[in-house]
Amino acid sequence: MLLIACPYCGNRPETEFRCGGQAHIARPSDPGSLSDEQWAEHLFVRSNPRGVHAERWNHVHGCGRWFNARRDTVSDRFLETYKMGETPQSQKSTSTDSTSTQAEARA
Amino acid sequence: MAQPFRLSRGGRIDRARPVRFTFNGRTIEGFHGDSVASALLANGIHLVGRSFKYHRPRGILSHGPDEPSALLSVDRGPGRIDPNNRASVVEARDGLKTLSQNHWPSLEHDIGAVNDLLSPVFVAGFYYKTFMWPRKFWDKVYEPFIRAAAGLGKAPAVPDPDRYANRHAHCDVLVVGAGPAGLAAALAAARTGKRVILADEGPEPGGALLHDVTAEIDGRPASEWLSATLAELDSRENVILLSRTTAFGYYNHNHVALAERVTDHLPSPGTAPRERLWQVRAGEVVLAGGSHERPLVFADNDRPGILLAESVRVFVNRYGVAPGRRIVFATSGASAYAAALDAKAAGLAVTLVDLRSDSECGPELARLKAAGVEVLTGHTVIGSKGTKRVTGLIVAPVDRAGRCGAHRVLDCDCVGMSGGWTPAVHLFSQSRGKLAYDERLDAFLPGTSAQAERSAGASKGTYDLAAILAEGFAAGAAAAGSDERRSFTATPTLTGFRPVRAMPTDADPTKVRAFVDFQNDVTAKDIKLAVREGFHSIEHVKRYTTTGMATDQGKTSNMNALGIVAGQLDKTLPGVGTTTFRPPYTPVTFGALVGPARHALFDPIRTTPIHDWAEEHGATFENVALWRRAWYFPKAGEDLHKAVARECEAVRRGVGIFDASTLGKIEVVGPDAAEFMNRIYINPWLKLEVGRCRYGLMLKEDGYILDDGVVARIAPDCFHVTTTTGGAPRVLAHMEDYLQTEWPDLKVFLTSTTEQWAVIALQGPKAREVIAPLVDGIDLSPEAFPHMAMRSGTICGVPTRLFRVSFTGELGFEINVPSDHARAVWEAIWEAGQPHGITPYGTETMHVLRAEKGYIIIGQETDGTVTPDDVGLAGMIAKAKKDFVGKRSLARPDVVASGRKQLVGLVTDDPKLVLDEGAQIVADPGQPIPMRMLGHVTSSYWSPNCGRSIAMALVADGRALQGGPLHVTTPEGFARVTVVDPVFFDPKGERIHA
Repeated sequence: MLLIACPYCGNRPETEFRCGGQAHIARPSDPGSLSDEQWAEHLFVRSNPRGVHAERWNHVHGCGRWFNARRDTVSDRFLETYKMGETPQSQKSTSTDSTSTQAEARA
Repeated sequence: MAQPFRLSRGGRIDRARPVRFTFNGRTIEGFHGDSVASALLANGIHLVGRSFKYHRPRGILSHGPDEPSALLSVDRGPGRIDPNNRASVVEARDGLKTLSQNHWPSLEHDIGAVNDLLSPVFVAGFYYKTFMWPRKFWDKVYEPFIRAAAGLGKAPAVPDPDRYANRHAHCDVLVVGAGPAGLAAALAAARTGKRVILADEGPEPGGALLHDVTAEIDGRPASEWLSATLAELDSRENVILLSRTTAFGYYNHNHVALAERVTDHLPSPGTAPRERLWQVRAGEVVLAGGSHERPLVFADNDRPGILLAESVRVFVNRYGVAPGRRIVFATSGASAYAAALDAKAAGLAVTLVDLRSDSECGPELARLKAAGVEVLTGHTVIGSKGTKRVTGLIVAPVDRAGRCGAHRVLDCDCVGMSGGWTPAVHLFSQSRGKLAYDERLDAFLPGTSAQAERSAGASKGTYDLAAILAEGFAAGAAAAGSDERRSFTATPTLTGFRPVRAMPTDADPTKVRAFVDFQNDVTAKDIKLAVREGFHSIEHVKRYTTTGMATDQGKTSNMNALGIVAGQLDKTLPGVGTTTFRPPYTPVTFGALVGPARHALFDPIRTTPIHDWAEEHGATFENVALWRRAWYFPKAGEDLHKAVARECEAVRRGVGIFDASTLGKIEVVGPDAAEFMNRIYINPWLKLEVGRCRYGLMLKEDGYILDDGVVARIAPDCFHVTTTTGGAPRVLAHMEDYLQTEWPDLKVFLTSTTEQWAVIALQGPKAREVIAPLVDGIDLSPEAFPHMAMRSGTICGVPTRLFRVSFTGELGFEINVPSDHARAVWEAIWEAGQPHGITPYGTETMHVLRAEKGYIIIGQETDGTVTPDDVGLAGMIAKAKKDFVGKRSLARPDVVASGRKQLVGLVTDDPKLVLDEGAQIVADPGQPIPMRMLGHVTSSYWSPNCGRSIAMALVADGRALQGGPLHVTTPEGFARVTVVDPVFFDPKGERIHA
């Protein structure tokens, strides 16, 4: 069972959370202006990296808040969790993280 | 004579405390501290079971958790019998009843042993090869046969009466195993002041120190060091020492599951739980689980009386039991010499056979010879003699090329065999650490860690006692964040072995049966056959031959099996790799895993404030999500159909009362509430007046219907949202997701009010008359309070949000009152309704009435792939809104394409025929199979008010087929139906506005 650090509550067991899939995919401000292909990409296409992945998590059986996390999909290690709207530590530094995901590249 | 094989002295048993239990009805006497296995051996009983496939006589192989053969049913009283307990780990105690398994009519005389004679038939993959054809034999012949043969022991027949506990615990350092490595680790960690949990599966901590009676640590006997160490750990408040506690699962982020056996060893358990599941979240873990001895693979190596060499030593030293009076040790390594020395010292006749030559041996050879023991080096074991007990071991000299010399039979009543050692890397591997093969030790050792853990001692391939202690101490200190190290002096341990997969033999290898996996009866021959038949992956060999798949999970057998596969493929061991180690390490009871989550605590049941009233009035209930809802209210002699017909007519002719409290309710509040509603729903909300209701429909972003429900505007900044009963949590989650992550700028609060508001639906032409005398502050006249209006006031003095809405098509009200007052209001309405013939109705009638009106139910007419237009509700979409959740998807090519399934009504040619929900629909029943299926029936009922059956269906391009015929599958064949509009009753909708 994963141990997940809710940015509001601290470390809590995985059973209190629900994963919301890939993070940093903003809903387009004007969906009507997108082509079918662009809309399909937004709706359905997600990356599935071997390595660090940015994900949305909801502390559903706790504070109910959504937050983001960077997790290594191989080791299940959480590199960090951060509040919605915040920038992950990895992107605050100037060095480029070679394992940064497509999601982060798009964000 | 009682206990004829009990040694006159020695052992950690308490000879002043005899215990009596039974084995197959026979009373067995032992001493406190005995295992069932040691007590049986003390009484000269070796034959304790029959093997799984061949029903061969089997005895006790091991002293510990790796025991594959001695599996007993243990009866601890009524309802407390369970199978497949290892005799080596069940503690002997008064009153216990044990039974052997897998034989008929008796252990001594087993008809199933005929399988042993037929063994040439039961080769690897027997089932796959035999039970193929003919097809008609599958159900009637093969499956019953396989089912009868499958499984060991009998499953319990009655519910488990015991109580099981579950505890969550946190610590800085968890140490698994309280042998010398684990004890040293716990000591080092405890001295730093960190919180330590030390878990050991045995009844007494100490591991190998419990039977190593000659070793010294730091100049004193090992037993003294053990007592002093335990005393220190016991005195520290930061240490929890758990005995009889198996760490069986290593999960993510140092979540380790332990099963503590609390009361099984006690004659009367008292009020304590039987077992306790510990879910430990540890900062660091030290794995010190020891190692398992490998059996030697030779012909008939499975006879009762043939044990592992170290287990012979354990029975002699720890339990004071002679597994035999004339013992032959057969080995390819040094550790068996220690066992032989101790057996000799206990006064037993000992001979030792070593596959190794003199030059391969270390100091052990001279020591054993000096003790006066005959040692045959350079000898192999050809086979064993005896049937239900070994009577002799056939040995022969062998050269390095494997050529065997003249056979010699060594008479004996016990054999102690040793093929070397396998570190217990199970938990390390479960933690997803990577194993590394060590050729010198012929073992897979912990390599790269994946979690915050480290191994120490024999589980890391360290076998010398002084090194084990130092390694354990260092691991414990490091785990606690200290770099303290210390060295120990200890008696040198006899270590080293020559890896041998199968003992060299001059017999025809296709004739002999040399067992690799004792529990599943897998022989070296079976494994070789599997490789010859093309199974080269070890995972495939495992499943094809079932080696390592028994309850012992191959603790004794895996390395031998792996070695044989590698030899056949001419590969190295790491080239073949290991199978995956999965939890549990040893079998865990379902009770421990389930814990208190049984009966009412297994799955919560939600009930409404009206539930008790419904029960008192004879309701039959159904489960809807977690809710238990009144399904129908049968009167004497009524079945479902009669009751529902009566309820349906009562609502349309008079008035019915229905508990709608399970409806999901969400209060949407804030300055941006209307804007938020506008973005979530397809409908327009900005201009909805306060005091008015609207039927709302919401989509997922993919354009498919998520949920529906009536929404009332309570105030400009407040909406009372209702959802479907089952959809409430997901609707709230959906709204919260958008509010928190996409539109954090909107000032809106969402609050679930499902439990706060009870809802009493009063439906029917007389509904207004019934509530009129009870309501204050609301003008109920049709002009002042039209359909789809909401008014606040009081009913019976209780504040209410009174909705004039209808899910029946009749004049109706949904009376929202605070839950605490719901039953009082309900009963007041019930009384007031008596002159009007008020009738309580349940969910089934609700379903029929709404179907008569063509109202959809989410999850019945929709299935996650249905758009508003598919169910004829496209008109609800606010044309002026530029965007809402799901809008863009409604323009996707596949959503606008023709041929989508659309909601229609169906009426059968035979008005009495009620179609099956889910039945498939075709245009032409004469078309060749496979037919083109146009859709399916989504709802189907007998409609008392229409006097016929009615149905709704999703049919490809259904609306264009109006008036035309279709055909629907029924158990009797196709039924002809006509496509109609899905509104069957009061199509003009006049009644609702009465």
